[in-house]
Parts: sequence; structure tokens; C-alpha cells
Amino acid sequence: MKEILEVLEQNGRATPEQISAMLDKPVGKVKKAIKQAEKDGTILKYKAIINWPKLEEEDVWALIEVRVTPQRGVGFDAIAERVYRFPEVYSAYLVSGTYDLSILVRGKSMQEIASFVAEKLAPLEQVQSVVTHFLLKRYKEYGETFRVPKETNRRLPITP
Amino acid sequence: MPDAKSTSAEAMDNLISQKVVTLPPSGIREFFDLLSSMEDVISLGIGEPDFVTPWHIREAGIYSLEQGYTMYTSNSGMPELRRELARYLELHYGVNYHPEHEILITAGSSEGLDLVLRAIINPGDEVIIPDPCYVAYPADVTLAGGKPVLVSTNARNNFVIRAADIKARITKKTKAILIGYPANPTGAVMSKKEADAIAELSKQHHLPIISDEIYARLTYGVEHICFPGLPGMKKRTILISGFSKSHAMTGWRIGYVAADRRFIQALTKIHQYTLLCAPTMTQMATIEALRNGEGEVEKMVQEYNRRRRFMVKRLNNIGLPCFEPRGAFFAFPSIRATRMTSEEFAQKLLLEEKVAVVPGTAFGPSGEGFVRCCYATSFASIEEALRRMDRFVTKRKRRSR
Repeated sequence: MKEILEVLEQNGRATPEQISAMLDKPVGKVKKAIKQAEKDGTILKYKAIINWPKLEEEDVWALIEVRVTPQRGVGFDAIAERVYRFPEVYSAYLVSGTYDLSILVRGKSMQEIASFVAEKLAPLEQVQSVVTHFLLKRYKEYGETFRVPKETNRRLPITP
Repeated sequence: MPDAKSTSAEAMDNLISQKVVTLPPSGIREFFDLLSSMEDVISLGIGEPDFVTPWHIREAGIYSLEQGYTMYTSNSGMPELRRELARYLELHYGVNYHPEHEILITAGSSEGLDLVLRAIINPGDEVIIPDPCYVAYPADVTLAGGKPVLVSTNARNNFVIRAADIKARITKKTKAILIGYPANPTGAVMSKKEADAIAELSKQHHLPIISDEIYARLTYGVEHICFPGLPGMKKRTILISGFSKSHAMTGWRIGYVAADRRFIQALTKIHQYTLLCAPTMTQMATIEALRNGEGEVEKMVQEYNRRRRFMVKRLNNIGLPCFEPRGAFFAFPSIRATRMTSEEFAQKLLLEEKVAVVPGTAFGPSGEGFVRCCYATSFASIEEALRRMDRFVTKRKRRSR
């Protein structure tokens, strides 16, 4: 099972037939395992990793440090949920250290993100403070580097 | 007036030794020239990892330059590296080598092989080697003044050299048996049973085994048999290996020979007059590879294994039967069904479908009827190459009907 997931993590478009050959497992079993993983939420979704800056359109991202007050009984989960339900929030993590939530926010402009922070995020009752860092450049995401072209093949075409 | 050009050509011919003039060029070379003139070729002809050396190893190399480690090291290699290597050999294969006396660090296992052969061969001595085999084996034996004695292997014995076949070729002039498993070009591994039989033969005939184990870490579902680890074989074996394949370090040129102390002394004599020492920054990087490289090695092996299974299955489906290669990163399918020679197959496949494979005959006469396909290349390339090969083979089947 783990091996199937590893292959899919590298290539979401790998077919059951390909995976079956790679892992030397019957196609039927691979299909069943994938279906099961999709059903029980082990596989959440299949997506593409897009290099957005290639489009040369304005697309602004910000990493926001949020300090919050945890609540009795639910800890950080309730406030985290109130925050991550906003569609502007691309990803959200609870972290250790000097702040609590680390969220990645996406907007069409700096203005849009600024108003998200000022009007939606900061006014939340449990939010004590926010520090917004605008993303200047992305180098690597999900284990993939954004450098294009990728590291070129420097091998000779035939070697002993 | 004499023709200046022809005179200088003649002079040049006289200059080059008979040994080199008569040495056949590598079969791979001719193919390389044809290939270099073409574009968009998918090459399954490369004999090295497609991974770049893991970053932490490269970083250690960079650091060594920053710190100014740019001088010669001890001829035998840095003591720290030899200690790490001894620990590594014990950990993985259970063989104990004394880091000070029984290990020599070389500039790649290629240098190691050359040193070993030069150290043991008197003019006319014979060295038994499997056929097909890595291109350098017979050439290095010849250059050292010896005579390579080829023992044929085939698909029936999974391209593993048999003790009985070796025995039949032993003469008074036989000096050593040179083997290399897991094997280039076949991907064959040697079973314990076969290794034991060869070890027995080595004891009976007092013949040392030169064991090239450069692909030792790349085995799939089987344990590598380390020759010096067999009972009583440490003192009879000269172990040659390196880090090019296991740690994707081909361009760094680093390898080693591990053997009996007196033998290592003899090798060191040649080494100190030729190479002096392996490159210093490379040695520093290799220390890091040995200390912290395991995770990356395992990841690479797992990835090769996936590609291997895929390629072997597809080759068999296409109608190019292929025994299961359990080591290295090569598949060695039979192309007899196409009724072409290996060379013809490789050439036509390259011209018609732009896929490069290496004809089996580049590795010895017993390679006829086979081609070497390397799966150390991206999955997408392997898939596309096999699609093209399928088309190529199917076209021929239809024609022959």
C-alpha cells in the first residue's frame, strides 16, 4: 500500500497498469488499494503543481503568522477551523514556537490580501496578532523545484 | 621530395606500441559517434545513474574546497576514509579489512582493476573472465601483457559463469579468475551455490579471485554475495569496488581495492608512481557518503527497482524475452525473434525509432542475440522507449509473415 502511495505522490497520473508493473503486483489489487485509499481519505485529491509565475499575471501570496488564544475543550482546532474555512487560505498549519498558526494566503493583489487580514482575520476574537510576509519568489514546493528548465541531463548518450 | 604527411603518419604508426595498435576499439565507441549526430534520441545506452550525486555529498566536496583541502593525501587514501570504508564493509558484508594495511583508495574502480592486473600478470599469463562482460576486462588484461580467456555464459545459465566451465579452461598459465557480479551488461547476480563452487575451485587450483563488486549495492530482492565474505576466501580474493553506482558518483572517480596486506603493498607501489592519490575533494565527499549516505542509496535502489520491473515486464510482453536481472541497472533481452544480429537491431532501432540500446556483442561474442537496455533513466523515457521498441518489433513480425 505504502509503495503505491509513494508512486502516486511522485506521479498522480500513473495508471494502475503502470503501478502494477513497477511494483510487481496484480493490477486488480492495485486498483482495489487505490479505490480504498480514495474512499478512506488517504488520497485526498489529484492535483497538478502549477508554476503560476509563468503566466506573468499578478498573483500574490503571503505567509501569515497568527497568534491565537486556545479555547477550553477544543484547544486550537476551533479557531484553526474558523481561519482555514476562508477560501483565501491555501494551507494552514499549527506550529510550535513564538506563534501558533502558520497560514499561506493567496490573492489577486496585495490589496486583496491586506483587506483579508484587516477585515477577516485580525478581527476574529481569538486572534491576538498577525504578521504578514509577502512571498517574493518560490523555489521549491512539494519537493519540486520551480527552475525551468530542470537540471539538464549532462550524461553522455552512451557509456560503458 | 618525400610526402611529408605520409611520413609523419608512418612515424606515428611506429610510435604507437603493437599492443595498443592491435587493441580493438570499444564497440560502444562506434555507436556513440552515430548517436551523437542525431537529435531527440531516447538513450537506454547509458551505463551510469541518472541521479545527480546526493546534495549532502556534493556539499561536503564543496566544503573541502572552501577549507583548502587541495593537497595530496597519503598514497593509500585518507586514513579517515579508509576507517569509514572498513566499517562500511563490515556493516554490509561482514568482512573485516584492516584500514591501514588492507585497503587502497583508487581513482575509480577502473584504476583499481588496472592496478590489480598489472600487479599480477607476467607476460603471457592467462586471466579467466566471463563473456559477455564489462568492456574493460579483456582490454585491461591485454594491456597488462596477459591473455584474456573468455568463458561463455548464456541465457540458460542466466549469464552467470559456471565453475565447471572455468575448470575446463584452466591451464598452467592461468593466473587468476576475474568476475564481476552483479554484472554489466546482463544484470545477472551470482547465487551462493555458484559462488561456493567457484570458491572451491579457487582453493583447489590456488587461483585468486578478482571480484569486481561495483554494483554490489544495486540488488533487488536478493542478497549480494560478497566474495571475500565466503568461508576461507578473504585471503584468496581481491575485492574491487567504488561508489560510482551506489552513490551516483561516477564523475568523482573514487574506488578502492581491498585485499591481503602484501598484495595491497604491491598495488600501492604502482599507484604511487602513477596516480599518487585519488582526488582529495573526492575523498572528503566520500567520507560524507559513507557516514550519511544510506538513506539516499536506499531511495535510489527502490526507484531503480520500480523501473526494472516495469522494463522487464514490458520487454517480455513485446516479444523480446528477458530473464530477470536481479542486479545493476541493466536488462539484457534476447532479440533473436527479430532475426537480426545485435548490431543490426541496435542500428535500425536507432535510425527508425530513435532509441539507443547497446548491442550485446560490444561486451563479447556471447552477447550476440542480445542488447543491453539500461533502466537508469526517467520512467517517462523508459515508457516511451519501450513503446517505440514495441512498434519496431511488431512491424518486423508482420513483415516476416
